[in-house]
Amino acid sequence: MKRADDFQERRKHLAGMTDQELYDHFWAVTSQVVDPLIELGKKNTTPSIERAVLMRMGISSQQTQAIVEGCMDKGLMGKGAGHCVYKLSKAKNISLREAGDLLAGGKGWDEVAASFKGGK
Amino acid sequence: MAQEKLNKNVKIDVEEILKDLEQYTPRRTGWTWRKKDPELTMGPFRYRDMSQPLKQSTGLPSSKYFDYMDPQPSEVITTEIASGRFEDDIRRMRMGAWHGADHIMVIRTMGQSHIDGLIEGTPAGIGGVPITRKQVRAQRKALDLIEDEVGRPINYHSYVSGVAGPDVAVMFAEEGMNGAHQDPQYNVLYRNINCVRSFVDACESKKVMTWANIAQIDGAHNANATAREAWKVMPELIVQHAINSLFSEKVGMKPENICLSTVPPTAPPAPCMYLDLPYAVALRDYMDRYKMRAQMNTKYMEASAREATVTHVLNMLISKLTRADIQSTITPDEGRNVPWHIYNIEACDTAKQTLVGLDGLMEMVSLKDEGPLREQAREIKERACLFMEEIVETGGYFKAVEEGFFVDSGKYPERNGDGIARKIEGGTGFGFIFERDSDYMAPVTAHFGNNNVEQYGGDPKDPSALIGGCTFEDRSKIVFVDELDEVDNVNVRMKEVEKYRNSSLVKPEMEWMADGIIMLNMFIPEERRTAEVVAVEIGKKLGLLEPEVINREVMQDAEGTRIELKGRVPFDIDVAGLVIPPEPKYLTDQEIRDDVSAHPLKVVCATVGQDEHSVGLREIIDIKHGGIERFGIEIHYLGTSCPVEKLVDAAVELKAEAILASTIISHDNIHYKNMKRIHELAVEKGIRDDVIILCGGTQVIPEEALKTGIDAGFGRNSHGIDVATALVEKRREKREKK
Repeated sequence: MKRADDFQERRKHLAGMTDQELYDHFWAVTSQVVDPLIELGKKNTTPSIERAVLMRMGISSQQTQAIVEGCMDKGLMGKGAGHCVYKLSKAKNISLREAGDLLAGGKGWDEVAASFKGGK
Repeated sequence: MAQEKLNKNVKIDVEEILKDLEQYTPRRTGWTWRKKDPELTMGPFRYRDMSQPLKQSTGLPSSKYFDYMDPQPSEVITTEIASGRFEDDIRRMRMGAWHGADHIMVIRTMGQSHIDGLIEGTPAGIGGVPITRKQVRAQRKALDLIEDEVGRPINYHSYVSGVAGPDVAVMFAEEGMNGAHQDPQYNVLYRNINCVRSFVDACESKKVMTWANIAQIDGAHNANATAREAWKVMPELIVQHAINSLFSEKVGMKPENICLSTVPPTAPPAPCMYLDLPYAVALRDYMDRYKMRAQMNTKYMEASAREATVTHVLNMLISKLTRADIQSTITPDEGRNVPWHIYNIEACDTAKQTLVGLDGLMEMVSLKDEGPLREQAREIKERACLFMEEIVETGGYFKAVEEGFFVDSGKYPERNGDGIARKIEGGTGFGFIFERDSDYMAPVTAHFGNNNVEQYGGDPKDPSALIGGCTFEDRSKIVFVDELDEVDNVNVRMKEVEKYRNSSLVKPEMEWMADGIIMLNMFIPEERRTAEVVAVEIGKKLGLLEPEVINREVMQDAEGTRIELKGRVPFDIDVAGLVIPPEPKYLTDQEIRDDVSAHPLKVVCATVGQDEHSVGLREIIDIKHGGIERFGIEIHYLGTSCPVEKLVDAAVELKAEAILASTIISHDNIHYKNMKRIHELAVEKGIRDDVIILCGGTQVIPEEALKTGIDAGFGRNSHGIDVATALVEKRREKREKK
């Protein structure tokens, strides 16, 4: 888009504001820009977020990528990659790290997928 | 045995740092500000804007005249270090800390932002270092030692961005990183990473950084560096700062951990103060809750280190006139090199020198409340507000990005249609955003959004309790990965230069151990192109490898060109084969003054023989030249061509305690003969035990002079302090004998 500088025209509604009013208005508008972005963050996840969850669960960075790819393949990203590891560790009564090893090695995915289908 | 403490006279042992890294635990998390000391007194001065002094440091060159005092400004001072080899950067960090840096920022290797996951091990980098757990751990461990040595906490810093932002944030939180760049807009605009992905990731990254109390720096300054006409992007800069800052606050970050990377947009020959100061005021008016990280202008920077330094100083004047909490120091060679050791240090010194020099300024001056400053600041704020309003009207941030709102060269609301446009459905990472199901779960600390652990009986206030604590509570769960590449790692690189670490061989270096790089300055009396070619030829004839012109400045089109040339030396020097004379010892000015005050000292002096030279002796005597008069010594100067008899007679008559003779002419060893004669005359007249005889001259070799029977000789480059020290020390010896 090309546009000449129409600042004088555009500013009319700001011209009468005190500095404090302008400050309050600026931040209120900024809030309108930012709030939907925050909502997106609450509703969604990504491979890097899930890898970061797995890391905090004590899983090596060498394995987080493979586990997250497994989640994507199986359509389980919406459940959370950490959730998948947790599920498998409970189902098999093994540690989180052992469950991570299995999933990173391509094993145990059917069991995880089935556990979600059957409810909790 | 592990290094527990550094010795200022011993190099930091990088091999030791690299040992037992898997056992290392960072001593703290979070950012540390300097402790201000508004009442600081140092030497004869009272300061107003300084912080607590360091235990050990290197003062400015001129601190020599102030008993080497080294006041430290209250702003945190940044130095950016990342040569591509983190092991060599450790040594540079130590040098930086000694010169006053307490914020060490590590630049990532080229392309790291597009790597989907963590890099492990210690591969070499380009234009930065690959940021890995091992590299971070090693540098943080080294900084622990360095901060103990200088006596001030050092903040360690790198980048949480790219498609692996959350992974990196978690690693930083685990490894005690203190500061980080985090700004999703940077991903979107400059790295073409999908915008939705960037913001969703940023929520997680910022939440993790908040937990670790990591100070955040945004990326708005890049708009300044990218824009065609940087002074026109001011409204947008404010918009970018505001979006990232408020977004961070809404994630949960404390405002005092949110730092704006702000740059004065212009530089001379633009009238930069007139443009940049109103901008700085406008920004600080709006962003009063947040911290200011004053970055310096890099947009208008050429290869001249001098020019970059002046811009740096002008930028700091703005910091002083407004507010800065962190003062950045882009190195003055940024326009031509991956920064070299010496320029990191130069930039730290520039910051320290300027901020110390401006101490207390704001008690004497203030910015005007009316006139062009406030009018322009108001206009910038209104323009920024209108920009933000139009983002909302257009349908929100992503829509605005898609329509090329950002980095347009027009001064908003003017638009030139040349902004950076990014598609909502495009860029790296597009297609990798997944909606969370209602039973989504993440049983870890500092996860953004709902952890959803209640479904398994977990406590939403302590979600990681469900798994017995995550790595943030239990470090033993962290998986430390050492090396993955047998060839590209620190051990291999260190092996290659081992002989320079563990022998007496030395090579010059600018960035890496034994890189052999040196720089030569020269003036070539030719026009620019010719001068460049001539300079390279000179480099070749000197035996330099890869000679390259790194800076050229025309002095006058026809008369000649200033050239700075770099090249590598192909040899090393064996220190073991060198005779290194001991450093001459001086008494301090105060010690000399005290001694002379307690025991008044009278000396007679002259240039002896058939010798009309007076300059040398006057340099030694005159107060104007830093001579011995300044210590309160009583001088009786008999002039030039003075017969030695006359000089000795004067000593007898005046009861002088010392004779100073200057003898320049050395033909037929007349200078030594004169010395011998003075000594013999003093013996004959019975005063030799009472008088100190000191002789000097450009051709005098001190050891030879001593053989003539006098007390000390002084050669070329001797100064008043040498002579005064000798006088006081010889007198002390005499007093002790009595």
